[in-house]
Amino acid sequence: MAKSAKKKANTNVIICGVGGQGIILASDVLCYGTSLAGFDVKKSEVHGMAQRGGSVITHVRFGDKVYSPLIAQGTADYILAFEKVEAMRYAHYLEKNGEMIVDNREIPPMSVLVGEAEYPADIDRRLTRMGKTYFIDATSVAADLGNIRVVNIVLLGVLSRFLRLKEKYWRDAIRKNVKEQFVDLNIQAFGRGRELAG
Amino acid sequence: MKSLLSGNEAVARGAWEAGCRVATAYPGTPSTEILENIIKYPEIDAEWSVNEKVALEVAAGASFAGARALVAMKHVGLNVAADPFFTMGYSGVTGGLVIVSADDPGMWSSQNEQDNRHYGRHAKVPILEPSDSNEARIFTKLAFDISEKFDTPVLLRLTTRICHSTCLTELGERKDIEVKGYVKDIKKRLVLPAHARALHLVVEERLKKIAAHSEVFRYNRIAWGKKTLGIITSGVAYQYAKEVFPDASVLKLSLTHPIPERMIRRFAKQVRKIVIVEEGDPVMETEIKAMGIKVTGKDKIPLCGELTPDVLKSSFSKKTKAPAKSSKVPPRPPVLCPGCPHRGVFYVVNKLKLVVTGDIGCYTLGALPPLSAMDTCVCMGASVTNAQGMEKALGKEFSKRLVAVLGDSTFFHSGITGLVNAVYNKGNLNLLILDNFTTAMTGHQPHPGTGRLARGERGRRIAPEDIARGCGVEMVKVVNPNDLAATESAFEQALEYDGVAVLVFRRPCALLVKPRPPYRIDPESCNGCRLCLRIGCPAISLVFPKEREKPLAVVDEALCVGCGLCVQLCQRNAIFLSRKSDG
Repeated sequence: MAKSAKKKANTNVIICGVGGQGIILASDVLCYGTSLAGFDVKKSEVHGMAQRGGSVITHVRFGDKVYSPLIAQGTADYILAFEKVEAMRYAHYLEKNGEMIVDNREIPPMSVLVGEAEYPADIDRRLTRMGKTYFIDATSVAADLGNIRVVNIVLLGVLSRFLRLKEKYWRDAIRKNVKEQFVDLNIQAFGRGRELAG
Repeated sequence: MKSLLSGNEAVARGAWEAGCRVATAYPGTPSTEILENIIKYPEIDAEWSVNEKVALEVAAGASFAGARALVAMKHVGLNVAADPFFTMGYSGVTGGLVIVSADDPGMWSSQNEQDNRHYGRHAKVPILEPSDSNEARIFTKLAFDISEKFDTPVLLRLTTRICHSTCLTELGERKDIEVKGYVKDIKKRLVLPAHARALHLVVEERLKKIAAHSEVFRYNRIAWGKKTLGIITSGVAYQYAKEVFPDASVLKLSLTHPIPERMIRRFAKQVRKIVIVEEGDPVMETEIKAMGIKVTGKDKIPLCGELTPDVLKSSFSKKTKAPAKSSKVPPRPPVLCPGCPHRGVFYVVNKLKLVVTGDIGCYTLGALPPLSAMDTCVCMGASVTNAQGMEKALGKEFSKRLVAVLGDSTFFHSGITGLVNAVYNKGNLNLLILDNFTTAMTGHQPHPGTGRLARGERGRRIAPEDIARGCGVEMVKVVNPNDLAATESAFEQALEYDGVAVLVFRRPCALLVKPRPPYRIDPESCNGCRLCLRIGCPAISLVFPKEREKPLAVVDEALCVGCGLCVQLCQRNAIFLSRKSDG
């Protein structure tokens, strides 16, 4: 599944989903892991009002030298999405040959819950049209592990099969960023994610 | 040694390395994590102040006494602190005084997009603008040095993308700087007109000296590239300019007020064309144009909204097309959390069709459908005073359909003065204080009503209802907002009451308490009437099963925290506990 090496220096990863899904922690782990591997890295995120169950996006860029903490549209190598509509919302960031890893999960926004809008029925097809898309049952795997909150690390496990970053750095990054009592569970979740990627 | 730090973490680290002794702040996105990280350094006396004016004055007092002090706030916080800020520009400092303003271009979590670089110019205070975390750390230290060297407060101006971006940052050691001690000097610190007239002359002379320093300041620097295009830039815009114009010559300004005029002229002479890349207002552009230099800037680059590499690129692209937007999907604005104790209050407000003057906090989300329970939101504390003004215009009868809503932390911040004003001026204010025991929106900082201090130690708890009584309010009630009947009855009493009425709706923030067992909806009993959807709970949705004639409401058990608000709405007793509480 690994992609052929690119000419451009930096790798751009968008992580997106719904506030409260552990998106910022996932971007922290990715950011830390790439720094351990000796890359220059920048990460940008938003806090405050945007986080209350709203749409959340973080940008992670790594390579030899990174200037802008923000990824330009059409230049994301990977989009890691925790929800399908959120994947679609940011799909215009994807580079022509970029790839999307999308949790097979639909969380209706309030506009849908109160009947003002509809959850797009053709979302899978629309995503596939935007670029190479892998739908992953990460939430079921997390639920299977007994804690739905580790879905973020399951998805990182999937992403790890796409990035050229030693597994050791990923594991060290998880240890550094999650609370001690959850390290084992998260390492396990990471492993399950790697298996999911096939 | 390098470490991954956000801009806010880097400012905290820089303050510690600089030997800062006292730090104060009021939480506000995107500045909050500065004090949250300073708290981790025991050498610094850190406090959450009740508002930004108080925070700045406490820091100023520490500076008078010879300690290095830092105060952090979001951009609109400096409006609150503007009074002492301007006068401190005259008084100057003894211990270094650094004021951190975190601006929010794009308004991710703010009510306006003000560019606080104007404040530095307005108050005649120098400004430093870092372009990443490492500079945020270094500039915090330099800000203290400049402050003491030139006897002036220094404005360290950050933006959301500096505060909340992370990069590899070097770490230094702490300089142990002694507190200089207090020496009486009324000509400097007692700003009477006679003293102030003399100080104004000093301020203007000081600015000239800092301008000279700006010419040699090592972080105001030119990186020569092709001379066909010269970029003048500062802050995070520098990073975007490097991405979009990689070959251009770049003059990166870091001490951006006063600007280094000679350096700019030297740069301008050697490049064919100059573009000013700045986010927000044309601040540098106006000054550089006044020097008689021809530049391109806001005629191309948008003044409104956040600057991004995409926006910058499209500003200079021949194609007029705006950056591509994703195809249409339903919006997902932020919402009140499942179990949020504010929900019941807004449900009743909506039901009674009241006019609501609102305020700044999580509860501003009560303005969104289906609760749609807010009419105004101006600034911290304005709920109270706006309501009083509306009554003045429309009379006492109108005030019986009017309530003012604000949170506990906002009440302490700037609701109290408005309350005193309403009592004193014989208003018929109905004030609702939503007391969830925390400053929720910014990530749960303590305040006087929590009885906890910045580092979690116990302090004196000050209850909003005691303050209300102390202000002369006779009609004060404390109500549980998750009890809809009690909430509605309290509303009726307050609205009928002649004079100022204060209702304190007390219930801890849903994110701070252990969730209770979730509820379920019995499909046999549910008739799809949608009553339970009126509270706008993200845990309840309506589904349309093929085998049913009527829709069915369902509870997402992963989201439900068992607040039981929906149970009180269901006319068919269809909502029940899925399992017994663990105790």
